[in-house]
Amino acid sequence: MQRYIIVRIFQSVITLFILSVVIFVLVRVGGDPALLMLPESGTKEDYQTIKKQMGLDKPIHVQYGIFISDAVRGDFGRSVRTRRPVMDSIKEALPNSIKLVVTSMVIALVLSIPLGVMAAVKKDTYLDTFARGVAGLGQSLPTFWVGLMMIQFFVVYLKVLPASGMSSWKHYLMPAFCLGIFMMAGITRLLRSTMLEVLDSEFIRMARIKGVSERGVVWKHALRNSLLPVVSFGGVYIAIMVTGAILVESVFAWPGFGRLAYSAIVRQDFPLIQGVILTAGAVVMVANIITDILYAYLDPRIRIQS
Amino acid sequence: MLKGWLKWKSKLKRYPVIPGTVVGIFIFLALFGELLAPHPPNEMSLTKKFIPPVWQGGGSIAYPLGTDMLGRDMLSRIMAGARISFFVAILSILLGGLVGTGLGIISGYYGGTWDVLLMRTADATLAFPIILLAMLLAIVLGPSLQNVVVSLGLVLWARYARIIRGEVLSVKERDFVALARVAGSSNVRIMFRHIFPNIRSTLLVLLTLQVGWVIIVEASLSFLGAGIPGPQPVWGSMISKGREYITTAWWIPFFPGLAVALVCLCFNMLGDWLREVLDPKLRQVGGGG
Repeated sequence: MQRYIIVRIFQSVITLFILSVVIFVLVRVGGDPALLMLPESGTKEDYQTIKKQMGLDKPIHVQYGIFISDAVRGDFGRSVRTRRPVMDSIKEALPNSIKLVVTSMVIALVLSIPLGVMAAVKKDTYLDTFARGVAGLGQSLPTFWVGLMMIQFFVVYLKVLPASGMSSWKHYLMPAFCLGIFMMAGITRLLRSTMLEVLDSEFIRMARIKGVSERGVVWKHALRNSLLPVVSFGGVYIAIMVTGAILVESVFAWPGFGRLAYSAIVRQDFPLIQGVILTAGAVVMVANIITDILYAYLDPRIRIQS
Repeated sequence: MLKGWLKWKSKLKRYPVIPGTVVGIFIFLALFGELLAPHPPNEMSLTKKFIPPVWQGGGSIAYPLGTDMLGRDMLSRIMAGARISFFVAILSILLGGLVGTGLGIISGYYGGTWDVLLMRTADATLAFPIILLAMLLAIVLGPSLQNVVVSLGLVLWARYARIIRGEVLSVKERDFVALARVAGSSNVRIMFRHIFPNIRSTLLVLLTLQVGWVIIVEASLSFLGAGIPGPQPVWGSMISKGREYITTAWWIPFFPGLAVALVCLCFNMLGDWLREVLDPKLRQVGGGG
């Protein structure tokens, strides 16, 4: 188990390095960053000054070296727009997004697990059709559009919920729900099909013969085994969540990481872009490692193998 | 007569008639939409701004879904917008699918270090929110059709590669492959003539299920401003441009979004039906969305 964790961390670090190179190259490939940051009335001297300030006059590998050594210490320089250290902006925005994503995942799981289980248990009934319909819909509706429609309906028409900001639990409802729809739909379907297989298996039959109550069979034995594939998809869902967060935060004006990333890219704020993407990469890597460890912990077969 | 009708109805239930029809309409519009639209999609008119849909007060049958903030007919724009969505989907799925399938077959067939390396790369790709890179690409290189297709292809290949590889691994062990090898077939020949036909159905299901997802991602990118630019109607951009009018002219962002949702839903239903028909064991294809 120790070895597995160490190997995963090592792999992630390598991937992060590759990501940093990709970002480094991409940011510079679109055109000379110094030129892009030069105001309309800039002169040749201004251009040289900017170059010197950003360290862009040094050879490319030296630039990368400085970039990496600073990044490792958490220093991504200053944002071009706000002049604040990039790390500060990130430190402010990230917790807001984490709060949103965690709320979202909780809502998604609380709704999808019972739905998926019941759909499997009561296969081919109206509940099953309903669950599958809802899940199918959930995977087809564009998140940002649903968000806009929810705002129209709940804020403007019914006037029950606030449109933006994050000061009360009411503010969390719509964005968290929107963010969680896709994941909820996916988990419902996955859980349903896994449960159907598991419920047919030998050991469930054994449990029933032994006299375990139907409730125990379904919720204790079958569910535990069905959750495994759900966890294994965890990594993919994290990425989907981050993507969704960018959209949802944009629609609901949520002061989070996604919005920061969006405005950084739109405003071509290169230090901020570099910091944001590397942080996103790091966060996703960490989440993936946790998911993988959780999966290995839950599935003894993997533990024994490694 | 009733008996005949009931028999026909139950037979019909086996085929996904409604999703299939919608998908058919979508493809038809993608090819001919602009010609069939009641008004030129880009024709602006200062006098005809913000006309509501025909069933609301102030609406008119000439503009069934209303007009937008520049006086352009919504219905025509939606019909014409099908083309962009369709072509982006086709091109990126072709790109990602070809690369991914090819790599998946090679990876699964030959195995070894390349296999491990490729799968690790695929996993890393799947786990990273490519929307960030797609946006960056769009901003740095300028938003364009090519950039969107390339970004989407970069995400898609990984999914194909993983699933196809899985299928190849299981097909590889079958008897007829061993027999072909004994008979002296070259590796390439085995891959083409024996392995590929057996993974065709998986590929087809995967392709269908991907279309809906790609359309949504393209709409999302366009919504964020990193998608297809230009005066031509693009569903995602229509939603984002219509966003500020949602309280006054709700139909401007509503109908393009409905179009995206409807098309995606029907492609998903079609894909699900294909999966049921071709191989119900393909659980992995659906669970990850």
